[in-house]
Amino acid sequence: MRSNSFGPKASWGLKLAALGGLLFLHVPILIIFLYTLTPDETTYTFPLPGITFKWFGIALQREDLWRALTLSLKVAAVATIAALILGTLAAAAVYRSNFFGREAISFLLILPIALPGIVTGIALRTALGGFDIPFSFWTIVIGHATFCVVVVYNNVLARFRRMQGSQIEASMDLGANSFQTFRYVIFPNIATALLAGGMLAFALSFDEVIVTTFTAGQDTTLPIWIFSQLTRPRDRPVTNVVAMFVMLITFVPIFLAQRLSAQSSDTEGETK
Amino acid sequence: MLNRASTYLYHRPRLALALLLGPPMIYMVVVYLGALFNLLIYSFYYLEEFTGLIVREFTLSTYAQLFEPANLDIFKRTTVMAAAVTVADALIAFPLSYYTAKFASPRMKTWLVIAITIPLWSSYLVRVYAWKLILAQEGILSWFINLLHLDGVLSWLLSFESIGGSSLALSPIGLFIVFVYIWLPYMILPILTSLERVPKSLLEASGDLGAKPLQTFRTVILPLAFPGVVAGSIFTFSLTLGDFIAPIALGNSKFFIGMAVYSYQGTAGNIPLAAAMTMGPIVIMIVYLLIARRLGAFDAL
Amino acid sequence: MSNSPTPAIRFNQVSRYFGDVKAVDQVNLEVRDGEFFSMLGPSGSGKTTCLRMIAGFDRPTSGQIFLYGQDVSSLPPYERDVNTVFQDYALFPHMNVADNIAYGLMVKKVNKSERMRRADEMLELVRLTGFGKRKPSQLSGGQRQRVALARALVNHPKVLLLDEPLGALDLKLRQQMQVELKSIQQRVGITFIFVTHDQEEALTMSDRIAVFNEGKISQVGTPAEIYERPASPFVAGFVGTSNLIGGEVAKRLTGSDKMFSIRPEKIHLGNVNSQPEAGMVSLDGAVRDVVYLGLFTRYLVETEGGIDLMVVEQNLKTTSMDVLSVKGQKVRLFWHKDHINPVGG
Repeated sequence: MRSNSFGPKASWGLKLAALGGLLFLHVPILIIFLYTLTPDETTYTFPLPGITFKWFGIALQREDLWRALTLSLKVAAVATIAALILGTLAAAAVYRSNFFGREAISFLLILPIALPGIVTGIALRTALGGFDIPFSFWTIVIGHATFCVVVVYNNVLARFRRMQGSQIEASMDLGANSFQTFRYVIFPNIATALLAGGMLAFALSFDEVIVTTFTAGQDTTLPIWIFSQLTRPRDRPVTNVVAMFVMLITFVPIFLAQRLSAQSSDTEGETK
Repeated sequence: MLNRASTYLYHRPRLALALLLGPPMIYMVVVYLGALFNLLIYSFYYLEEFTGLIVREFTLSTYAQLFEPANLDIFKRTTVMAAAVTVADALIAFPLSYYTAKFASPRMKTWLVIAITIPLWSSYLVRVYAWKLILAQEGILSWFINLLHLDGVLSWLLSFESIGGSSLALSPIGLFIVFVYIWLPYMILPILTSLERVPKSLLEASGDLGAKPLQTFRTVILPLAFPGVVAGSIFTFSLTLGDFIAPIALGNSKFFIGMAVYSYQGTAGNIPLAAAMTMGPIVIMIVYLLIARRLGAFDAL
Repeated sequence: MSNSPTPAIRFNQVSRYFGDVKAVDQVNLEVRDGEFFSMLGPSGSGKTTCLRMIAGFDRPTSGQIFLYGQDVSSLPPYERDVNTVFQDYALFPHMNVADNIAYGLMVKKVNKSERMRRADEMLELVRLTGFGKRKPSQLSGGQRQRVALARALVNHPKVLLLDEPLGALDLKLRQQMQVELKSIQQRVGITFIFVTHDQEEALTMSDRIAVFNEGKISQVGTPAEIYERPASPFVAGFVGTSNLIGGEVAKRLTGSDKMFSIRPEKIHLGNVNSQPEAGMVSLDGAVRDVVYLGLFTRYLVETEGGIDLMVVEQNLKTTSMDVLSVKGQKVRLFWHKDHINPVGG
């Protein structure tokens, strides 16, 4: 008789509970996908009264959606670039020197995601108002960059720490100056971390709504458009299509970023 | 040229550090901390009732307003909600993390981790929206409840003053479900991380020493996973405290902190009161973080 | 060894402090042109810090370092004609072996065909011909070691620094690499500075050795000098095994109570009745422990003064039965006066 049950087998109860948790995480999203096919325009009746594909076509025709989408993509792109630069600089500084206040820097960078989004949002809004800065594309970007920086920073710093420290010294020792060392040694080493961090930052910015509601003024990003539909539903079926689209478009970079991080830790394991 | 610049910086490590650190710090300190500080200052101003203008004079009267019964109610309601959501998330997250960390095959584990992480990053708004569909009166959940003939139970639950409401979507129960759902990944990942650090040999040792599985679970696994639970609770608690999208989206009629802040600064234009009110969650979170650090939760982040 | 008047490396009163810790404390040192020089010492003795200061990864808190007469104390690593073989090899994982080796040439803008030609040359030198296209992760530890060596040598540095490069290899491979390193050094004629904590390694390979202890150099000399004439109790104990004798016993044997060292293999084990020959001294004791080691036997003898002495004798005629039977017996120890080495202190 086995004296302990911690073999490879889990009990049925545990398996069931785990499966339940997993379904709870994912089934609701599938329900949105289901509703993109409903012919019902005014309610969320279930079971669906029928099946139609026309909403995809209608959504494609909507000018306002295209504008919102373009704005969201532009904001996410610029915020990601800013986050890549600022996050990498901060990670490099924290990695290379043991100066006083390293902890404080990590803490400062993490604040925008540790504090509720509404705090960042209302703080920025109040500051913009207080200094009479008009809302614009750039005020949205500034808001997004505050919480995107930490994503890049975390990814890049983790990679720096896994990188063999002596590689940088080896490069300098072999005659490369700091800039050459960055180009030929550091950059190739952190490239996938930058890619992963950048994609996560992009996904984060692309569907951010809380801070955006405070810094966007009259501009409508895609999440703001969805939010307005949530409070005053006018185009329910089109919203379903947009929701599914947002889910899919953010899924790709998130999935790739996950794979990238997993892969790079695998290959490092091999070389050891 | 670059060689000269590189050598110049080599001789001035502090300057090199300043060049690296300067841009991100200027951004974070000036834009972010500056804005937070500005908000703090505003919380000491007050709104002139008749003119609707903000008077820039130091006063504590705005903070005094926070202690009016209506606002205290909001704080109480939100904190209770955040605590309930945290507990529910921990209960749902634990089995899934435990299975993933200790029982799944390596291949299976890779996929489970991805399945857990993707909702963390994916659109929060869309995930709230999904529940608008599900909780709707004519929607899938009601259909399901009718199918199981549980509608009696549901209306009984909804008849309670504190948690009930006119429909599932409009009741605190509905909001509770949505919060539990959207913050669940934030609870799973820290628990998973802390469970992964429990070596399998420790479980075997405990079994070897004669502990029954349930004893091992209680005496070995739970204490070791506890920092993970606390770390996860930082997120679930903080996020619930400040959220206003979910209550607004569901059309909940009872105010929560986030909603109150949103409407004070928006429709009412009372920025000082909104600012003072956000200090609530900030203070609660700072206290929470201090306790969490005591409990060793930061290692599991 | 050439008699060039300019030393390859000269330390002038070099110190390096980390906060209050004096990692290197007022060190003066000369490394001659073309020699195989070892820095030997326990961890934390300052040897690696010295190496890092020669390479330029660290800068002296005070004092100067000269490379063939030129003060390089404050030059960045890429402006010093010195290359390093790292303990963990530090190969670039994203480049293949040939690109790793040619890296120093690439950053100096040597054209591609020349780079590849010289990389091949180096691969031949370290006996890895044909491995150029592989990634470092596809090599064994010993092969990575050779690539690291080739990469550092391709630039023809004036001085090559080796930071415990054999530490990660297993014993057999390490011994093989010791021989190979020495032969490569003789072929390329470059000054090698080799950091190690392994005294056997230092004795085998070096022309001269500096023994480091607590940020200072205890002794500099040839392996034979270091071994036969350790200048301090620390050196006597760290390099090989030594018996230290002081106080009353020392006074009786040498006329002075200053401490001296005597190597275990210099001591002969004799019958209690035998008399010392001319120039020998003797000390009585009892064998407390015997360890038979095949090639030789190690005895622990408790002597009159209460001092335990280690004695090693080759097993020329004896068998294990013979030597083990000595345990517990009274013996008289003899050694030549010339082998008495005052260690001061």
